[in-house]
Amino acid sequence: MATVTFDNATRVYPGTERPAVDALNLHVEDGEFLVLVGPSGCGKSTSLRMLAGLEDVNAGRILIGDRDVTDVQPKDRDIAMVFQNYALYPHMTVADNMGFALKIAGTQKSEIRSRVEEAAKILDLTEYLDRKPKALSGGQRQRVAMGRAIVRQPQVFLMDEPLSNLDAKLRVQTRTQIASLQRRLGVTTVYVTHDQTEALTMGDRIAVLKDGLLQQVGTPRDMYDTPKNVFVAGFIGSPAMNIGTFPVLEGYAQVGKARIAVPRDVVTGLTAEDKGHVTIGFRPESLDVVPQGTPDAIPVEVNLVEELGSDAFVYGSLTNEFGAAATVHSGAGDAQVVVRVDPRQVPAKGETIWVRIRTGEQHLFHAGSGERISHV
Amino acid sequence: MSQRPPARLQITTAAPDPALLDLPWHVPLEDWPAETLAALPRGISRHIVRFARLSGRVIAVKEIGETVAYREYELLRQLSRIDVPSVDPIGVITGRTAPDGEPLEAVLITEHLSFSLPYRALFSQSLRPDTATRLIDALAVLMVRLHLIGFYWGDVSLSNTLFRRDAETFAAYLVDAETGDLHDRLTDGQRAYDLEVARVNIIGELMDLQAGDFLEEEVDAVAIGAMLVERYSELWTALTDAESFTLGERWRFQARIQRLNDLGFDVGELDITTDVDGTTVSIQPKVVDAGHHSRRLMRLTGLDVQENQARRLLNDLDAFRAATDRQNEDESFVAHDWLTGIFEPAVRAVPRELRLKLEPAQVFHELLDHRWYLSQQQGRDVPMTEAAQSYVRDILPYRPDEQAILGVSAADLHEDADVVPAPRRD
Repeated sequence: MATVTFDNATRVYPGTERPAVDALNLHVEDGEFLVLVGPSGCGKSTSLRMLAGLEDVNAGRILIGDRDVTDVQPKDRDIAMVFQNYALYPHMTVADNMGFALKIAGTQKSEIRSRVEEAAKILDLTEYLDRKPKALSGGQRQRVAMGRAIVRQPQVFLMDEPLSNLDAKLRVQTRTQIASLQRRLGVTTVYVTHDQTEALTMGDRIAVLKDGLLQQVGTPRDMYDTPKNVFVAGFIGSPAMNIGTFPVLEGYAQVGKARIAVPRDVVTGLTAEDKGHVTIGFRPESLDVVPQGTPDAIPVEVNLVEELGSDAFVYGSLTNEFGAAATVHSGAGDAQVVVRVDPRQVPAKGETIWVRIRTGEQHLFHAGSGERISHV
Repeated sequence: MSQRPPARLQITTAAPDPALLDLPWHVPLEDWPAETLAALPRGISRHIVRFARLSGRVIAVKEIGETVAYREYELLRQLSRIDVPSVDPIGVITGRTAPDGEPLEAVLITEHLSFSLPYRALFSQSLRPDTATRLIDALAVLMVRLHLIGFYWGDVSLSNTLFRRDAETFAAYLVDAETGDLHDRLTDGQRAYDLEVARVNIIGELMDLQAGDFLEEEVDAVAIGAMLVERYSELWTALTDAESFTLGERWRFQARIQRLNDLGFDVGELDITTDVDGTTVSIQPKVVDAGHHSRRLMRLTGLDVQENQARRLLNDLDAFRAATDRQNEDESFVAHDWLTGIFEPAVRAVPRELRLKLEPAQVFHELLDHRWYLSQQQGRDVPMTEAAQSYVRDILPYRPDEQAILGVSAADLHEDADVVPAPRRD
């Protein structure tokens, strides 16, 4: 087992100016499950491949434990890429399917058997060891593939979108399996996905990347509660956070037809770059439906209601007094806000509801830089 | 079973064929009726793959996630455009639903490569002992070619490759690009990892054949895996290494180019540098293109065949030129006469019903072998027409059909996802 350290690790593809990964500093603890997440082109897969030795590191270093592996061949790094190839061999027993890589490496027969048995116990495959893969269910076959990586006892598991070619149902199942298996094994794992739900549900910590730059790293709770900037705020959470930029007048942000009080220290902290505006974020689940006339309440015109049984979401618009849509965006698109409402009291389309951001659940960002404004 | 195409089927294809709509897309691939399937042996795959008949050809259909399907489709299209030996993509179909409304997985459709042989069929045909060596050589050439153009395969294996006979050797084709990536150029790490994955996969596949009694226990699978690494490295070095010599040894330019030609590659671009005082020259091939012999044959005769078949045909063309004493004549005139007077009559001597056995160029290669054998035996120069008659009578009828190799019945395909055809004798 080992820690993993990216020390100012940089990858610049030949012929490009902007680094694909720009001075990444990240430390993964021993046994930790770290998820690299971000939109396509953010540098998450490149970072993983740098760790695997598949991409050159143009500046900085990568360490596994205390060992600098920056210039070490992939096969000598003691890592395992999981799920890269998990076609099973039909004529070999499950045990041989799991252990054949050890056999190639010249490991003693008895040692192979004991490692395979140990892995099978963790994977609930003990009773199938002497059977052929044909006798297994889809999920069991997947576990045999995991077993292949486990018996090698690598220092680090690397997984690059391993669920992307599974159907939705199997994806959710396998997601849970991988996460719980990783906890049982305690092997340091770096996992890449573009799916923030996968990241939130699987990772001990999440690192969000964008344009080759690390935006924030923290626990799922950190990312959800205190996103460091507007990008992370909009990326983490489903449905996505409502985010809008509003002018600040006399200590109030002008949100559509309503006004929201902005703390004094935030107002004084605004910079010239912000041009008298503040960016406010509020999650669909941070809004309460309140009677009209309640202080700080915002009117929302209902465009659509999505009922999911346990929840219901209102998709609506914020209009200003001139009838124009406010500059707000959400997972539902520009000029739309999403509000979670009581599924037993659903408003009708066309109706106007009044909502208020729950105390302490609003997120304030500089309109200029997009950075979070911390306040008391 | 209803043939009604389900609603909202989305078909993306570069080669639209209305017959695509007649296939039962509303049925999971696993349950496709035997009458639609073509009985071809399948490799080891993590997905469900079936071969089906479509307008007189055979297509391979793979159930796979939608994004991955589109990605692989695009990648295969790029590979065909840059002329890498790979299967041709036909299209992607999404929006499949079963009659009960249950959504079905997207499919990627590729063209079945005719006269191609999966390695499992080759091993179960009890071929000569050096088959493994020749397959590994073919795979090493394919990997070097892919790596030269910046393609990282990610999951090199015998299962993800198809082989076509190429004179006495094989030519390898990429069939599965799911894990692949096209880069401007590969890092040493990418090449090394691809090679390591290939080594482990090949050994695993051979061990599996041994476990299933398709390959003798004595065959050293680990050594064969190691051979790939060795062959690949030799070829890579020959194609890409810098070489230095003094200014007086300028013949070494030509020698290097000749060596690359002999390996079947043309030099597209050569980097030449001299040291400060100009006494030492260093050359390094920067762009090399495979297909030296097949391009030359194509230029002379219009025949589109594989590299070693081309080499064999060109040798016969050269022999024809010498025998008819036409060395001083324009090569293309001689080539035309050879084509119409020697090659075409020989290939046409094969009756129609035997034409599914082997590709024409491969038939000609075997004819040359057969003529040599007859001439040896009879101590005289046996003419081609006579050799052809004997070959068609005594040899060809006993060869298996390889255009779309058969060996299992379509009904059996339901039972087992990994069918190996019954062993046959050559």
